[in-house]
Amino acid sequence: MKTLTVQRTALTGNYAVAYAVKMAKPHVIAAYPITPQTTIVEKLAEFVEKGELNASFVNVESEFSAMSVVYGAAMAGARAFTATSSHGLLYMYEAVWWTALSRAPVVMAVVTRTIGPPWNIHVEHNDILALRDSGWIIAMAETVQEAFDLTLQAFKIAETVVLPMAVGVDGFILSHATEPVEIPPQELVDKFLPPRRPDVPLALRPGNAITFGNLPSDNRIHARHKAAIYQAHQEAKAVITQVDREYGKMFGRGYQGLVEWYKASDAKYIAVCTGAWCSDAKDAVDALRERGVPIGLMRLRFIRPFPREEVEKLDQYDLVVVYDRDITPAGGILGIEVKSALRRAKVVNIIAGIAGVDFDNRNFYETLQRALEGKYRDVEVVI
Amino acid sequence: MPISTPSTASAGVTGTWRTYKPVVNLQKCIDCGLCWLYCPESVIDWEKGQKVTIDYTFCKGCGICADVCPVKAIDMVPEGEL
Amino acid sequence: MSFRLDLLPKKKYVVPGNAACAGCGMMIGLKILGMALGEESVLVIPASCASVVQGLAPKSGVAMPILNVPFASSPAVATGISEAFKMLGVKGHAVVWAGDGGTADIGFAALSGAAERNSNIIYIMYDNEAYMNTGIQRSGSTPRTAWTTTTPTGKRERKKDVALLMAMHGVPYVATANIAYPQDFYRKLKRAAEIQGFKFIHLYTPCPPGWRFDPAKTVEVARLAVETGAWILWEYDNGVFKLNPPSTVYADKSKRRPLKDYLKLQGRFAHLTEEEIKALEEEVDAKWNTILKLAKL
Repeated sequence: MKTLTVQRTALTGNYAVAYAVKMAKPHVIAAYPITPQTTIVEKLAEFVEKGELNASFVNVESEFSAMSVVYGAAMAGARAFTATSSHGLLYMYEAVWWTALSRAPVVMAVVTRTIGPPWNIHVEHNDILALRDSGWIIAMAETVQEAFDLTLQAFKIAETVVLPMAVGVDGFILSHATEPVEIPPQELVDKFLPPRRPDVPLALRPGNAITFGNLPSDNRIHARHKAAIYQAHQEAKAVITQVDREYGKMFGRGYQGLVEWYKASDAKYIAVCTGAWCSDAKDAVDALRERGVPIGLMRLRFIRPFPREEVEKLDQYDLVVVYDRDITPAGGILGIEVKSALRRAKVVNIIAGIAGVDFDNRNFYETLQRALEGKYRDVEVVI
Repeated sequence: MPISTPSTASAGVTGTWRTYKPVVNLQKCIDCGLCWLYCPESVIDWEKGQKVTIDYTFCKGCGICADVCPVKAIDMVPEGEL
Repeated sequence: MSFRLDLLPKKKYVVPGNAACAGCGMMIGLKILGMALGEESVLVIPASCASVVQGLAPKSGVAMPILNVPFASSPAVATGISEAFKMLGVKGHAVVWAGDGGTADIGFAALSGAAERNSNIIYIMYDNEAYMNTGIQRSGSTPRTAWTTTTPTGKRERKKDVALLMAMHGVPYVATANIAYPQDFYRKLKRAAEIQGFKFIHLYTPCPPGWRFDPAKTVEVARLAVETGAWILWEYDNGVFKLNPPSTVYADKSKRRPLKDYLKLQGRFAHLTEEEIKALEEEVDAKWNTILKLAKL
């Protein structure tokens, strides 16, 4: 029996995504460069031109066209990938909604970056969170390894649920940070990710005269279609958990599914966050634990589907501190969504690290302490 | 997935749209097929040797057939008249 | 290639009872497209009259595979479909059927990108010279002096010549076409289908409600456009410009019918003075000069 060897190496978040995409064997890739996503695109172009990846790499003239190309490719039955950030995501926004409502199983990496003006290339979550109403499945990586794993899982999840999926890789702090990565053998990836069914969601082929998207004779047709996507998100929760479990068995790395609980089972207080800075938050949790504070952390791996059942469990804690690396006029997005699922727990929503302002483990430690001391309002912007 | 398939009457019984209806004088008709070619609604059927018939269920009465006929074999007659 | 009417496919690619206006020029074009490439194409249709004429789901008034797409996206979506077909080994063409609005204006960046990339698609811009689907507002392709709802005293700007712009991208094939000359359009569709790379056809499709003429006159108006020289049939094939008949005849100005014959049928030009008509004739002459010079290159 041949032993399939794993390759242990060190990669940046962006390169990890590129390697995962390569191993997923997409047919069509189209992306427009934008900092800090550029090195994903450049690496993929290199793979294609060197003959290591047999895909069509389309050099589009804008992000709107990038999403349109992968949308067309996916509707024609191909496995397709794109990547963007911030303003690029906003530029393709109409196409992003059209893709989800068409149920095209596209995979997109979003290297999270703040939105201007002013121009600013650093990390913030407002861009990827702008997808949250569109029907896209949304996941956030904490580590470079997870960026790799989530990208592979994304193709399987998207093609099973038949909805597009976005993987968030935090700008610079993950995209350009080098961390150890384990790359599985291609044969195992092929087993995990079989070829896509080209006739789902529809068989767009010459000679097969079907139309998709013309006006409905009864608006209820449209309404039912939208309701079906809401339903698909509820059913996606089990799919995601299943895929994560299967991935864990095959590759030795499971992530607990929709959310990750960290030192939470015997905690009285809990921090909630998403993305790369959760590692820093975990550091702060560890330090507080050493001082005897019964605190844990829940990391949202998936923003959509919204892990309602897991979030509802936060009600058992005496204090929930939700960290948002995003800001809206109504408060932090995660803060609002978490609060909406809870009935009794006190929630403090801390908005921090926005516009790329650095926020490290000490900042988490200090703010968690202050939150525990009751020194914060319900929504506290910390700069 | 709301997928549509080709069907007549995708906008209803469009014959009700017209106020004039094309009437073919088969004796004048020279079987050239131009009305069949230019009809934007595909309601004219033509077999070479058998001349043309018009599907009045869907004919919108645009009058292109009468206009392009090289021998003026088609008259646009107000609806309701014989 | 011989073009015998009785040998053309009888299959109804435009299905009776669709939502098009009576006398719609575009539907004649769609019929010809169906006859030429109906069984070997997938259509990409952006927001336009073409989206609406398909009628109401779950029925479709066009018997070809169609993906309806966002307004500015059609060149890129078609590129994606074409590349997918290539990678999946599917035989057939990705054909864009878009209006002048979606091509000359909102979709222009994507169009230029697809042309520059030489993406393997057939792009047909059917030109009814305004945003007709939303109720006759001017587009970049509206001719100067024409009435539209957003240019009620007549458009001041000149018509954007998208076909020439495409030729200047150096793509393998560009052609103008006209629904009054179906055999010419049919031949150009077949020619485009033989070529790998970006192919562009600018199809002239008169619009009765938008141009204000009796719907019976659609073909006549289209024919007069060519006979007066206002619309020139030309082809750019592998770098070589060529005039197509009958525009070859109208290269000789004395053979052209007076422009007035074309203008007077259309209510959108009813307000024109003699001077304005003369100025339009001079513009027609100037365009001929350009095309004739290119055709000799």
